[in-house]
Amino acid sequence: MLLIKNGRVLDPSSNTDASLDVLLDSSRISKVGANLSEANAEVFDAAGMIVAPGFIDLHCHLREPGQELSETIETGTRSAARGGFTVVCPMPNTQPVNDSASVTRGIVERAAAAGTVRVWPIGAASVGSKGEALAEIAAMQEAGIVAVSDDGKPVATARLMRQVMDYCRGLDLPVIDHCEDPSLFAGGVMREGPRSIRLGLKGIPAQSESICVVRDVEVAKLTGARLHIAHMSTSASLEYVRAAKKQGLPVTCEVTPHHFTLIDEDVRYDSHYKMNPPLASREDRAALIEGLADGSVDAIATDHAPHHPSSKDVEFDRAPFGIIGFETALALGLSELVHPGKLSLKRLVELFTTGPARVLGIERKIAPDEPGDLTIFSPNHAWTFRAADSPSKSRNTPFDGRSFRGAPMATIVAGRIVYRR
Amino acid sequence: MLQRLQHLLGIEDLTREQIAFILDQAKPFQEFHRHPLKKLATLRGKTVALAFFENSTRTRISFATAAARLGADTMNLQAESSSLKKGESLLDTVWTLEAMRPDGIVIRHSSSGAPEFVAQRLGVPVVNAGDGTHEHPTQALLDALTIRDRKGKLEGLRVTILGDILHSRVARSNIHLLSKFGARITLYGPAMWVPRELETLAPNVGRVSHIDEALDGADVIIVLRVQTERLHEPALAAEEYILQYQLTSERLRLAGPNALVLHPGPMNRGLEIDPSVADGPQSCVLEQVTNGLAIRMALLYHLVGGAASEAAPSPATTGKE
Repeated sequence: MLLIKNGRVLDPSSNTDASLDVLLDSSRISKVGANLSEANAEVFDAAGMIVAPGFIDLHCHLREPGQELSETIETGTRSAARGGFTVVCPMPNTQPVNDSASVTRGIVERAAAAGTVRVWPIGAASVGSKGEALAEIAAMQEAGIVAVSDDGKPVATARLMRQVMDYCRGLDLPVIDHCEDPSLFAGGVMREGPRSIRLGLKGIPAQSESICVVRDVEVAKLTGARLHIAHMSTSASLEYVRAAKKQGLPVTCEVTPHHFTLIDEDVRYDSHYKMNPPLASREDRAALIEGLADGSVDAIATDHAPHHPSSKDVEFDRAPFGIIGFETALALGLSELVHPGKLSLKRLVELFTTGPARVLGIERKIAPDEPGDLTIFSPNHAWTFRAADSPSKSRNTPFDGRSFRGAPMATIVAGRIVYRR
Repeated sequence: MLQRLQHLLGIEDLTREQIAFILDQAKPFQEFHRHPLKKLATLRGKTVALAFFENSTRTRISFATAAARLGADTMNLQAESSSLKKGESLLDTVWTLEAMRPDGIVIRHSSSGAPEFVAQRLGVPVVNAGDGTHEHPTQALLDALTIRDRKGKLEGLRVTILGDILHSRVARSNIHLLSKFGARITLYGPAMWVPRELETLAPNVGRVSHIDEALDGADVIIVLRVQTERLHEPALAAEEYILQYQLTSERLRLAGPNALVLHPGPMNRGLEIDPSVADGPQSCVLEQVTNGLAIRMALLYHLVGGAASEAAPSPATTGKE
């Protein structure tokens, strides 16, 4: 048994914000109340800390199977635990692609053996994510996937998207799309704009993303399926999502910490600033933050994308896209959004908990009989992120050496402390 | 106080004083090229690595000749024979070069930012000989030297750059350099290659929508090379380019008889420039080549030789901007 004492329980699902204790018995929450005591319980003193439902990351890459040089399920989930995440959803672009039940089962088994945080895989929408035939989605659902996506690239055509959405509506699975128009993307390496012109780097216009969002929203309208826009980065995309929500369509979206923190003007000849979608404009960032605040954005997702240093330490245009993100996500949310007064603490917690849960069609709350997943964090703990200290196998982050106010203090999964600062 | 250069990665980060200093340093080397014996001992015992990851004939020969005339030895790495073809990373390649202890590395690379990437990781001076679509600083310096010699100044000149500005590292370096000296820069070319963001590169940069407007009253016209492969993405017919954008003698008349015509070479005669203009009295193309040697000698002298070399000709202190 584990007793969390003296913390400030912040549970957006029930609008709770109070000094309460939480008792966990085996893998579940057993009691929530004031001044709880339990003689046999291990006590965690959460004085000065926030006790939140366990954080869910809808979007990450654990690189296993196939790219274990960059990350494994074991190292990735340990990094996730340090970031306060109790659930992570790895994208299917592994080698082989997670497009069959056997690959899904392999991931689930490896995750159980690693025993850190929960791993809820996302399956490929099409075989090999090649954009041709539908993957074995129902079989993967039985094996444990919680959504489908061809992440890394968009679902190839509107016609295939229609099939995927129709099929997934029947299975009640959300379809997550990486929105990009490949013909506009055309080998670009950063966002098109004054900065790309100055650096002489091939630009990707913002419309590469929003054109695909429009297509997907239209297909969602056609099929009635649940659509989730991955790592949304532009104000135009956000407008289309807002309009879809207004029409009552089941359309949701996520924003990454790097897109609400950095902009294209920050890009330099350092591949730690190369991600896809690329860092957007100042105006886009402001729009995304507004969307995070007003509820148009449903979740913050890391898009944790480990790449081994040897693959990232190359010319900018030859480097792979992506940065690691588990351990800096909450700290960036606090430092960039909450402390400057752009977002309430409750709203930030929502974006890490009830928001992503809703995308997956589940609930996330602190109440008796609920799974014993909690994220305990300090909004004020001062610390400096050192990529070298990360359990991740990769170091590709522009935030190495950055100082933060606010940090995860303990991550509890199924009643067990899997990380403690 | 003049900030000593560690590397030459681009024009953008240089001050006007640093640029003027390099131009002044090139003066004695311009004189030197008229001597019958063209060899100095200034950099004797020094080695310059020429790492050309992208094919180049003119710039490579210019740097090699500049190094040779200063008495330096060169190590050559060329794209065709490079270990890059065998999959070696840029970093491994330059570390290998560095292990042979060169005193400076000249890099040309198809990736924008590659020289900066290398400079941050090596302990020797790096000279950018053209990186991707970013900068080609020695070209801008030799262009400035050519213009200054002919016009006596750079300040207040009206300079027109014609062609595919978007993909031109020559254009970027020229825009940065000339703007720092208060020139007014007009850009003209096929509209998809002259995006409005170019106006944010530096002060006093503007686009026009007609070639007459681009040429009328220009003191200097820099004609960019049409990278013929660009004509195919997206397709633009060569005839179309000639019709709308070629610098012909008739169009040159709009600029007047004193306007200079520069071209970084190699020229596509009959495409971006009419042969009568290329070979005409207003053309500076061969002077540019000679000045390229002087600029590159001045730079190697400054970056590789350092202050320790005593055999060097004393840099001119007159003729400052």
